[in-house]
Amino acid sequence: MRYITLLKSAQPTEGPPPGLLEGIMELGAQATAAGALLDTAGLAPSASGARVQLSAGNLSVMDGPFTEAKEYISYALYQVHSKEEAVEWASRFMKLHQELWPGWEGEVEIRKVFGPEDFAPPT
Amino acid sequence: MQASQPDEGVRADAVRRAVEAVWRIESGRLIAGLARVTRDLGLAEELAQDALVTALELWPRTGIPPNPAGWLATTAKNRAIDVHRRTAVHDRKLEIIGRETGDHHDPFAAEVDDALDDHIGDDLLRLIFTACHPALPMDSRVALTLRCLGGLSTDEIARAFLIPQASAAQRIVRAKRTLTAKNVAFELPGPQELAERLASVLEVVFLIFNEGYSATAGADWMRPALCEEALRLGRILAGLVPAEPEVHGLVALMEIQASRSVARIGPDGAAVLLPDQDRRLWDRLLIRRGLEALARAESVARTGAGADRALIGPYTLQAAIAACHAQAATVEDTDWAGIANLYGLLGRLWASPVVELNRAVAVGMSAGPAAGLAIVDALVEAGALTDYPQLPAVRGDLLAKLGRAEQARAEFERAAELSRNAQESAIFRGRAGSL
Repeated sequence: MRYITLLKSAQPTEGPPPGLLEGIMELGAQATAAGALLDTAGLAPSASGARVQLSAGNLSVMDGPFTEAKEYISYALYQVHSKEEAVEWASRFMKLHQELWPGWEGEVEIRKVFGPEDFAPPT
Repeated sequence: MQASQPDEGVRADAVRRAVEAVWRIESGRLIAGLARVTRDLGLAEELAQDALVTALELWPRTGIPPNPAGWLATTAKNRAIDVHRRTAVHDRKLEIIGRETGDHHDPFAAEVDDALDDHIGDDLLRLIFTACHPALPMDSRVALTLRCLGGLSTDEIARAFLIPQASAAQRIVRAKRTLTAKNVAFELPGPQELAERLASVLEVVFLIFNEGYSATAGADWMRPALCEEALRLGRILAGLVPAEPEVHGLVALMEIQASRSVARIGPDGAAVLLPDQDRRLWDRLLIRRGLEALARAESVARTGAGADRALIGPYTLQAAIAACHAQAATVEDTDWAGIANLYGLLGRLWASPVVELNRAVAVGMSAGPAAGLAIVDALVEAGALTDYPQLPAVRGDLLAKLGRAEQARAEFERAAELSRNAQESAIFRGRAGSL
């Protein structure tokens, strides 16, 4: 089954310290070599994005940046046997930050992706 | 340990699941590294299991350590050293070494450390080749591979193959005993045997995939989950032996077949055949990955060495056929001529009447039903596939397209009789009835 992990944090004012990006890429290579990481990418700040909203029957478009304190930074899509495996990979990712970027705060939201196991009719 | 409050039981369960998650990620590497120093796969697997059991006992009390993978490795390593010391204590030679080098330089301990950090790629490869050794019966290869590389529990293996847990346990025990009895060394195969040994590994992986793929809708999730296990093993292999085109070919074939998992299940759980599937339900990510793997297989075959080995192999060809379907937006858009060609190439590598029958279908679609019928008739002439329901089914379909309804009906009725699958029989009877 698949889980998507979405990293959210305040948009950092300075770049990550050297070694963190290297560590992240190394972890990504490990997860890929383990057959677990299917897809991953970084997201540009919301300043280059937009929102399309439907509310009270009306459609509206708003350009970024958005005023929320936290932004989506990146996503990763894992194929794993359980939610706990996705949690383990995400934890390793966050531990890198804990180790190499003191003071940085953020969260990874982990969500199951609907898959064939959810569509099988009951026996 | 008794759960005095309901939360404790919940918490212990959460810890157990977290341990199992770490186990799934790390067990292959752990067993591989241990097997390198103990030179005994069975012993390595037991040492690793001991570490797992210890984690399951301790962590609910102590909490999950900050580096769970490292904790498991250290615990297994210490057990390995203990076991080694206990067996070595009777070995005079090692006693002498111990006296000369003193306690803090334990060569075995250093070797264990070394094995667990470096050479992991090679060790994993040795583990895969050993678990899939041709000296073992297929059932044992599958069970041992899922156990040592998949990190599956005996219960999970049993549920996946619809066998009692005791039988699953027996397969693993027997596999280890056979490896010892036949003196199978924990080594990479030499260049002479590489092709054959690799073929055995790919066969195991594909068998696991097909077992999962054939699982009926609504079955215990462990069964279709076998497809994911096989994919995972294939991807691991692709990383370890990137110079082998057939590894990428097999991964491509599995990714593309897996892309149809949802589309294959009809609303009542019945199987939906490829021409009838809603292609919007095909998983585009898996198709993309499959096409990438196929491109890689072809590129490696073109630029690789090994001129005397058949470079484009059966898995790559089957993947190329699957890719033709995957890239067709509708049945009508399918490159049937290309598929017919590919079946022709496949038939040359792997002379099989089933391959020829599939070629007949593709030729029927690209060059017309008469051309396809000629190929099927040749198979009938040769007395091939007498009990295979697909043969009369394909013949019936081609006859129907040629307007020979009476003969077509007879063929579909024959197909329905031969089929041992109730759903498939019903489909054939339906076709017979509509003519």
